[in-house]
Formats: sequence, C-alpha cells, structure tokens
Amino acid sequence: MAIAPARAESFAATGPAEPVVESVRVDQIMPQAKATKKARMILAVITAIVMLIPVYWMATTAIKPRPDAVSAPPKIFFTPSLDGFIGLFFDRSQIAPGELEKYKERTDLSFVEQQALIRGMKILGPSKYVGRLVNSVIISFTSTALAVFLGLLAAYAFSRYEIPGENDWLFFILSTRMLPPVVVTIPIFLWYRALGLYDTHFGMILLYTAFNLSFAVWLLKGFIDEIPKEYEEAALVDGYSRMQAFRKIVLPQCVTGIAATAVFSLIFSWNEYAFALMLTGDKARTAPPSIPSMLGVGGIEWGSIAAGSLLFLIPVVIVTFALRNYLLRGVTFGAIRQ
Amino acid sequence: MATASSTTTAASAASPMQHRSQLSDKTIQRLFILPTLILLITWNVVPLFSSLFLAFTHYSHSGMAAPVWIGTQNFSTLLANDTVWHSFAVTGKYALLSVSLQAIVGFALAMILHEKFKGSGLLTTLILVPMMLSPVVVGLFWKLIYNPLYGIFGLLPRSFPVMLEKQPMWSVVITDVWMWSPFVMLLCLSGLRAIPDYLYEAAEIDRASAWQQFWKITLPSVMPLLMLAILFRTIEAIKAFDLVMGLTGGGPGNATETVSVGLFRMVFQGQPRTGLASALGYMVLIVIIGISNVYIWYLNRIKES
Repeated sequence: MAIAPARAESFAATGPAEPVVESVRVDQIMPQAKATKKARMILAVITAIVMLIPVYWMATTAIKPRPDAVSAPPKIFFTPSLDGFIGLFFDRSQIAPGELEKYKERTDLSFVEQQALIRGMKILGPSKYVGRLVNSVIISFTSTALAVFLGLLAAYAFSRYEIPGENDWLFFILSTRMLPPVVVTIPIFLWYRALGLYDTHFGMILLYTAFNLSFAVWLLKGFIDEIPKEYEEAALVDGYSRMQAFRKIVLPQCVTGIAATAVFSLIFSWNEYAFALMLTGDKARTAPPSIPSMLGVGGIEWGSIAAGSLLFLIPVVIVTFALRNYLLRGVTFGAIRQ
Repeated sequence: MATASSTTTAASAASPMQHRSQLSDKTIQRLFILPTLILLITWNVVPLFSSLFLAFTHYSHSGMAAPVWIGTQNFSTLLANDTVWHSFAVTGKYALLSVSLQAIVGFALAMILHEKFKGSGLLTTLILVPMMLSPVVVGLFWKLIYNPLYGIFGLLPRSFPVMLEKQPMWSVVITDVWMWSPFVMLLCLSGLRAIPDYLYEAAEIDRASAWQQFWKITLPSVMPLLMLAILFRTIEAIKAFDLVMGLTGGGPGNATETVSVGLFRMVFQGQPRTGLASALGYMVLIVIIGISNVYIWYLNRIKES
C-alpha cells in the first residue's frame, strides 16, 4: 500500500498514536457484543470453579486432621494437619491407654512421631506405599527414556526415508494403542509368569516402553516433519554423515518435541493402572494400584487416600501447565497440530 | 538406491570431516526402525495371536493342565450367558451416556472459551487438568466426594439421592464426563479457532442471524474434530476399566460391571477362566473395530460434503 507521503503525514497527525495492528470488527465493540463477552467470562469462571471443586475437596481432605476428614456433615473450616501424609508414608498403631502417659514423657520423639502422638498413635515404620512410589519412579522414568530414544530413531526414519508400506506400518503402530489392555494382558501375564518376568521391574519397564512407543513415534514424527529437510541436505553436502546430520542438525531442532513426548509418556506410565494391577504382585507394584488397596486396612483411611492422590496429582498439574501448548498434539497422537 | 548411496559415499570421501566408514541409508533405516517394530510386535501382535488361540481352548492358568482345543464353544457359552450380555449392556449404556454428554459439555465449553479474554488461557488450562489425572485415582477421590456422610453431597439436603448406591451408573457417568469433557473441549477449540473471520463477516453482510451462523458455519467447521473426539472417547469408553475399578469396582453387585471389569474378574478373581476370558476379549476387540470403521466411514462422508 503506497500512500503518498503527504497523506501519510496527515494520517499520522490525526490517526491513532500507535499503528493499528489488527482490525477491529464493529460488531465486536458494540454494547451487545461487550455484554456477551462479559457473560462468557463469568460462565467460564464458574465452569472452571465447578471443574476444580472435586480437586479442591481432595486436596483439603488430604490436609484435614484425621477426625475432620470423616466428619459428617463435612467441615469446611479446619486446622491443617499432616495426619493424611503420615498415614500414607508410615504404618501406625494405636498406643495402649496404659502406655500413653509413659510414651508422652519421652523426649527423643521425632517430628513425625510427635505428630502421630497427637492422635495417640505411634509409628511402626515406613509404609508399603513408599516402596511403591519408588517403583513408580523407576519404572516410569526408565521406560520413558527407552520409549523416547527408540521412538526418536523410528520417527526419524519414517519422516526422512521412503519406506515401503510406510503408511501401513504407521497405522499398525497407532492401532496397538486401540487394543483393550485386558485382551493382551492375559497372554502377557502367561508368558511373563513362564519367563519369570511377572512382578519384576524389568518386565514392567519393557511393557511400558512398548506401550509408550507407539505414541512416541507418532508424536515425534510430527515434530521431525516440521524441520525442513533442506537443513540436513545442506549438511550432507558439506560432508556430514547421516548420523552426524541427525545428531547435530535434527536433534537440537526437536528438543521441544522430545521434551513434550517424554513428559506425555511419563504421565501415561505414571498413571497406568490396568497392566500394573494384573502383572505385578508385591515387589514391582507401582503406586496407582496400591492407592485403592489402602481401603481395607483398619477402616477407610480417607485422609491417607486423599494424601496419596494429592501427591500423584501435583506433578501432573505442573506438567499440564508446562505442556499447555502441546496438549492438543499430545492427546491426538500428533494428528492435530496447532 | 544404489546410485544414491554411491553419490553420498563419493561426497563423504571427498570431505575432510569423514573419520570412519559411513553407514548406508538402508542400514540406518533398518537400525532405526527395527527395534521399535520388534518391541511392538512382541508386546502386541504376539499376545494378540496367543489370545486368539486361547479363545478357542478350555484353559485355566491356575492349574497344570495345558489348553484343550474346544473350537467355538467358548463363544457360544458367552453368547448364552446373561451376565455377559449384562456387562455389554452396561458398557453400551455407559459409553452412550458419557460420550454424548461429553460431546455436549465439551462443545459448550469450547464455545464459551474460544473467544479470548483476559485470563482465558489460564482458565482453559485449569479446565484441562482433570483429563491428565490418573483415572483410578480420580475414581477413588470421587468415591469420597459421593460419600453420603462426609463427601460434598453431605452438604446437600438429606433427601438428595445417595449417588453411589442408588444411581451407580450415573455416578460413573458424571465422573467420566467431569474427567473427559475437557478433552472434547480441547479438540473443538482447535476447530473453532481455525474458522476464518471472513466467513462470519460475509454472513453478517448477508444478514444471517446468529442462529443461522451457528448452524451453517460454526457447527460444520467443528464437526470433523468433534467426531474425532467422539471416536477417541467411544473407544476408551468401551475399554472402560480404571475409573470404574477406582469408583465402584463394578458394584454394587454388578450394576456397573463393564466388559473390561467383567473380564478382569473372570481371569484374576476366583477360579480363573482364561480361555473364556480370551474369547470375551476378542468380542470386545471386534466391537471396537466395528465401531471405529463406522465412525471413519462417517467422518470421510462429512469431509466429502
């Protein structure tokens, strides 16, 4: 748009002080449109609050004192306590009334023991949950690293080479995610039992790697497709080998993609329940199947269950915020990129 | 291929940066793809075929007896079994109710949030939190919420129905809708944001009412993504396991026993009926494949029009 200098100057004198970057539609600044916008905002806030009430309920139950967690009607106001978390991480037992006075006089009690004493309980030792949380960490991190590494190689090959039957292979890779876990679990359970892989970290890591791999290939292929081929071609002409081009050109370009894929895989294996329930016993059991089993022990310890859920939830919430721009891609296997 | 690799070798031979012998493109392809395929085939295709074999046998993994080939007897046993039909009915009802509610709620949420305002990004992310959670943990804490004495419903008047006991199906559906409507919303939002403004401007000039604009522009543009969301959610709903296990464990009685939960009970509770369960697993698989094909056919038809 070439405007004669004189006219441009007169615009500058009379027009807005700053350049108008986007056009404003008249219908969007009319009073009616403004009212609708306000209504939308209010609705959105209400929805967000409604959506978060259950999370809030769980979080507050986790920090309620033991009697308040199960009071009827429920208490809205309470003094926060660590009862839920102590119940989660330690096995406790009620102190016999006769011993209570003697126990109270002891001065060598740790902070946790003092907290338990408020409820007249003593600490017996760390609970099983601690070990299971450790299992969750070991299994989900190792399998994620493996899945992302293998997925990256496969995604690169699918993205850069003409592979015979490429679309069929990719569809096959995707379709493995559509299988109901219970269908494949029966045979996996049988041969894990035969090979001694049942209830082992190794077995679970391999299974979760396979489980996350299909996802990793699809998501990473999307990210690699976006890196112009020309970069590598130029590098090849300059004398780089394929492997060097892959390491020095492609890898640095898709760091974000790798990070997003890794975090999604981590969440999947962190949250996974069905396989863990059916393929582990006591030794390699992860946290998700063990939170429900807290139900049975000495009545329902809602405070501890809520505390366990809360600990599970916090990393996921942080990740949701960190990944918000990639969520759409992640949940649709990279099919939709926006 | 031969010419291509010879030119790259020639190029690298001329280059001073080349220190070691170079892997050919073919080798790299194999090296990169094979581990993935081997892993996926071992953990998916092999079990699938073993499962198919087991589906035609009488077998219980607790005993020492090897599987005995009995032909299609497992399938006829299942089809004649009322409990199996019941669990399919439960799954169907659950899938229908929760997916259609998710579609409506998710789409409505997307309509509310698609025009940006101050804080809309934060709100969108907050609403997306539930779908990232572990379904079994979600089931558990909703069990607490539904508790008639000390859950949220304990704050409501006593006459309010005791959700989990009186309305077990609706309890599961509500929880599922809470968890997964954000997923539908996310997909619809991307559809809504892709609609160019000029379509609405043109409609405005043609004096189309807001209602007409919605039916003629908004809905058709979002439809493909909405259908994709519905497809994803339907498949997941048919597989429903984690959430139900956390919330009701299939109960009370077998009121919320979806096929997956029934399958789990068949194999891992009481006397294991491994062969029968494999046959049931295959029936679920066939249903999923059938439904996916109908959806994909429908999706393609939308795209054509």
